[in-house]
Amino acid sequence: MKLGTSALPGSEGFRANREAHLAALGVVAEAAALAAAGGGEAARERHLSRGKMAPRDRVANLLDPGSPFLEIGATAAHGLYDGAAPCAGVIAGVGRVQGIDCMIVCNDATVKGGTYYPMTVKKHLRAQEIAEECHLPCIYLVDSGGANLPNQDEVFPDRDHFGRIFYNQARMSAKGIAQIAVVMGSCTAGGAYVPAMSDVTIIVREQGTIFLAGPPLVKAATGEVVSAEDLGGGDVHTRLSGVADYLAEDDAHALALARQAVGSLNRSKPATVNWASPEEPAYDPEELLGVVPGDLRTPYDIREVIARVVDGSRFDEFKPRFGETLVTGFAHLKGCPVGIVANNGVLFSEAAQKGAHFVELCSQRKIPLVFLQNITGFMVGRKYENEGIARHGAKMVTAVATTNVPKVTMVVGGSFGAGNYGMSGRAYQPRFMWSWPNSRISVMGGEQAAGVLATVKRDSIERKGGEWSAEEEAAFKQPTVEMFERQSHPLYASARLWDDGIVDPRKTREVLALSLSAALCAPIEETRFGVFRM
Amino acid sequence: MFERILMANRGEIACRVIASAQAMGVEVVAVHSDADRDAKHVAMADRAVHIGGSAPGESYLRGDVIIRAALETGAQAIHPGYGFLSENPEFVDAVEAAGLVFIGPSADAIRAMGLKDAAKVLMEKAGVPVVPGYHGKNQDPEHLAGAADAIGYPVLIKAVAGGGGKGMRLVERAEEFAEALESAKSEAKTAFGNEAVLIEKYIQKPRHIEVQVFGDGQGAVHLFERDCSLQRRHQKVIEEAPAPGMTEEMRAAMGQAAVRAAEAIGYKGAGTVEFIVDGSRGLRPDGFWFMEMNTRLQVEHPVTEAITGVDLVEWQLRVAAGEPLPKQQGELAIMGHAFEARLYAEDVPKGFLPATGRLAHLSFPEGVRADSGVRAGDEISPFYDPMIAKVITHGPTRAIALRRLAAALEGTEVAGTVTNLAFLGALARHEGFGVGDVDTGLIARDIDRLVVAPEAGPEGVAMAALAACGLLDKAGAETGFALWAPLARDVVLRRNDDEIKVRLHSLGAGAHDLDIAGQRVEARRVGAGWRIDGQPAARVAVYASDITVFTQYGVSFQVIDPLERDSTAGGDTALIEAPMPGLVKAVFARPGQSVAKGDRLAVLEAMKMEHSLLAARDGVVAEVLVAAGEQVTAGAALVRLEAEAEVAAA
Repeated sequence: MKLGTSALPGSEGFRANREAHLAALGVVAEAAALAAAGGGEAARERHLSRGKMAPRDRVANLLDPGSPFLEIGATAAHGLYDGAAPCAGVIAGVGRVQGIDCMIVCNDATVKGGTYYPMTVKKHLRAQEIAEECHLPCIYLVDSGGANLPNQDEVFPDRDHFGRIFYNQARMSAKGIAQIAVVMGSCTAGGAYVPAMSDVTIIVREQGTIFLAGPPLVKAATGEVVSAEDLGGGDVHTRLSGVADYLAEDDAHALALARQAVGSLNRSKPATVNWASPEEPAYDPEELLGVVPGDLRTPYDIREVIARVVDGSRFDEFKPRFGETLVTGFAHLKGCPVGIVANNGVLFSEAAQKGAHFVELCSQRKIPLVFLQNITGFMVGRKYENEGIARHGAKMVTAVATTNVPKVTMVVGGSFGAGNYGMSGRAYQPRFMWSWPNSRISVMGGEQAAGVLATVKRDSIERKGGEWSAEEEAAFKQPTVEMFERQSHPLYASARLWDDGIVDPRKTREVLALSLSAALCAPIEETRFGVFRM
Repeated sequence: MFERILMANRGEIACRVIASAQAMGVEVVAVHSDADRDAKHVAMADRAVHIGGSAPGESYLRGDVIIRAALETGAQAIHPGYGFLSENPEFVDAVEAAGLVFIGPSADAIRAMGLKDAAKVLMEKAGVPVVPGYHGKNQDPEHLAGAADAIGYPVLIKAVAGGGGKGMRLVERAEEFAEALESAKSEAKTAFGNEAVLIEKYIQKPRHIEVQVFGDGQGAVHLFERDCSLQRRHQKVIEEAPAPGMTEEMRAAMGQAAVRAAEAIGYKGAGTVEFIVDGSRGLRPDGFWFMEMNTRLQVEHPVTEAITGVDLVEWQLRVAAGEPLPKQQGELAIMGHAFEARLYAEDVPKGFLPATGRLAHLSFPEGVRADSGVRAGDEISPFYDPMIAKVITHGPTRAIALRRLAAALEGTEVAGTVTNLAFLGALARHEGFGVGDVDTGLIARDIDRLVVAPEAGPEGVAMAALAACGLLDKAGAETGFALWAPLARDVVLRRNDDEIKVRLHSLGAGAHDLDIAGQRVEARRVGAGWRIDGQPAARVAVYASDITVFTQYGVSFQVIDPLERDSTAGGDTALIEAPMPGLVKAVFARPGQSVAKGDRLAVLEAMKMEHSLLAARDGVVAEVLVAAGEQVTAGAALVRLEAEAEVAAA
């Protein structure tokens, strides 16, 4: 059924909402621009003066003309390391090469020589994780000095540190997920294994180098004096060592060779869902900024969002009269059938049961799931605990955790507490997770957290016979409120890769469609659910 | 009327004749060579017969094979078109001996007009004015030089058996005569096997005005004149009818002279009497002289058709079938004005070199008569005349017809080969031509202004870049999608020898910004079409890696394959390559020979011209890769010089 709307474009509320969203967007856009600028003008000039293409140009020239680029971690490391690693020093995302969705990982040598900060490692691994789950060929545009030495303790030793990159390459290659490296600059020490572990490697003449130890370290170790080119340049590796397979004349040639390599992969998308012909929504996605309240605490009907995201604004709502605070139903998104799970208030037991039921349906039918998350949590209180809301919530969490259909999560409002789990938060491994600029994520609201802490404190003071004035309590609560406010901001979350990026609400439909397109490059496995607590 | 005729020709004239014949209910048998197996005229005909190899000598010039084809297919008559066998009296005799009808004049009439000097004598006897000149048998150079002195310089040397400008030389001063005579004779010998020449007075500000005549063997009428003064090296470029500035008095005089000429030889069918006219003091009844008579249907006959409403091919068939002339002189009148422009595959900036190629795209504006022997997808082969089409417009006045011609040329779209379209367009907009101030020297005088290589401008480059990226027809909101700032990519195109670098910012399926030579251009899709900076964009044709933007008469670009690295960057001057497909006429280079820059190493004959291939630098011939008589393709290596390092070492 085509969804209706109660939006009043031109109304004062609509305009105020739009203003609030645009303000929030502006903050993120600024951060994204900062990240996209990489290591700054001077470093960029130095990079270009060596005849190298700018990192984002490398990505653009690798992709098909007009290809979409679904960038992940576009504001990663924002505000970290004193701003030393814009975009975490590496560009990553899904784009099309020869019509095939590929994961591109491109070092930005203008950012500290492309060295790996902890967030660089995390972002690289996240890109590989997406590639592995979605069966996306990986193309590494390598130009990196390796691990960032001052941060070596946070990038080298642990499971999800530097070594995991090569482990992932080997595991993906074993699964038939192509690993292609284009060496466009340094590939030193551990970094040397990116090209060495790839299925196909291209290196740029008199620009790319691969070696375990660079000339200074060689001189220190053995006294041998050798130039970088003779030690591990393109000519050496394509003619003598066999570490690389194709010798490119320059960046443009190297990228063309990489495109050619993708053209030889003999890949096609597996048959997964029954595609319908795509159709634009009946309502303009631009209106999302006006129909969604600027203030998270103001309730609204999530169907206003669904109506501006799905094909023809048509929605087959499942169980509409039961557990009404969770909206579930079927729709198409650019022709792809999807099951939508969206919050319309606090989760009650019925809503949780309905959610579990719906996830089971989609799993049975192998329909991808889209979660529109705006959740303050499960309902609390004696009545609800006594009727077993934890048991019902557990059913939904079990279903979401164990389903094997692709999940894509879009945080469109609050993401608080256990609601985050039931609505496929980061820990539930959705293929992609995105956030709107107005969203907030934390274990609970700042006010509630401060209130909990204040209650504990007051109890303690009063037990000892002390007194606590309202002013004292307010002063006590203030830092907690502020901390939660800061840490729940999407930029704070995205900087730490708690999600894959922040999305302009008006681009929700495209982002979901591209996420699904990437996710459907892998076959949908059968689901075997865990034990549901009945 | 015939039930079935055979069309012994190819290309546009074959198509033209087939169309009229079929409209009369006459079946047409086409003949074709190997190269023309799938040609348009074959597709149009009711039947087709293969008559031999691609070279004309192996097919369209083989009269015996053509006559046999006519007999075997039950054709009653043969239409020769123009060129090939159309003015070959032996062929006419053979056709008639086989019991078939030759659609054209008698062998005797052709013979009478075939040798120019004899024709002039004949015409003089018939009271037709001829240009002062020497048409005698004495070919002694001294004697000829004396005759030239007697006529007075400047003079023209012309091959007696000539046509189409071959074996023709203009001599302005006596001291240049001997050299010009020698080259004219050798060219005549190569072309016609007859080195005899005649000398004529060279007319100042000459105009070429010809009269269309039509005879039925008893009498003749004329269908007024055509002005063919716009010529380049004696090749007609744009023709028109009637002639600008023509007076009724002069028209009557010329028409009567032409009819006299035709009747003097009992002419039957369509013919053209060519006159040279002194245009230096306006058109006067005593200022025209007989040049020659073409005993065939002319290339430019459509302008006459346009102003008289007569279908000349229909007349040819009717008269050949024994009918009397369909109209008497009094029934013929001029209606308006018409132009014809000859569209050729030729590289104008490179000296009008004939070109070849597959026509990736070919279209003409609505409502314009375009006589063409090729279709989109057809090949312009090196074997035949590289004409693509004749573009013909008509209007109530000369100004309107000419403006229609200019517009028609602007709307003509050809991709897949270089053409003279821009040159024709420039001519159609030439002020002197516009006011009818024409003479045969106009093109040569203004050649620099007329030969301007078209430039697409940023708008055209933008369309080419979008086409190169396959973005013109791409739909879908995801095109160019980016979460935040869009990515920008490079697009590199080649235009002639220049690389054009474009920076492309894709904002969506219907929105791209392009940076071209420091200029920002906005391409937006509006409905089904594109707009560049708000203006409707030119159309584009893409064929393999060639992109043609239909602006400025068509500007073509090549998409550079980034995988193809130019290893010869800097220019290899050691290889002498054929600039176009052709026949190697002579090779002068010998292995081991020392040559200087500019030395002639070989001669290539292509289309109607001989091209000297010169050494690009001093050096020693390392290898000769072809022999005289070989047919070579464009780009074929002919001679290799030793590398400069080799020479130094030796």
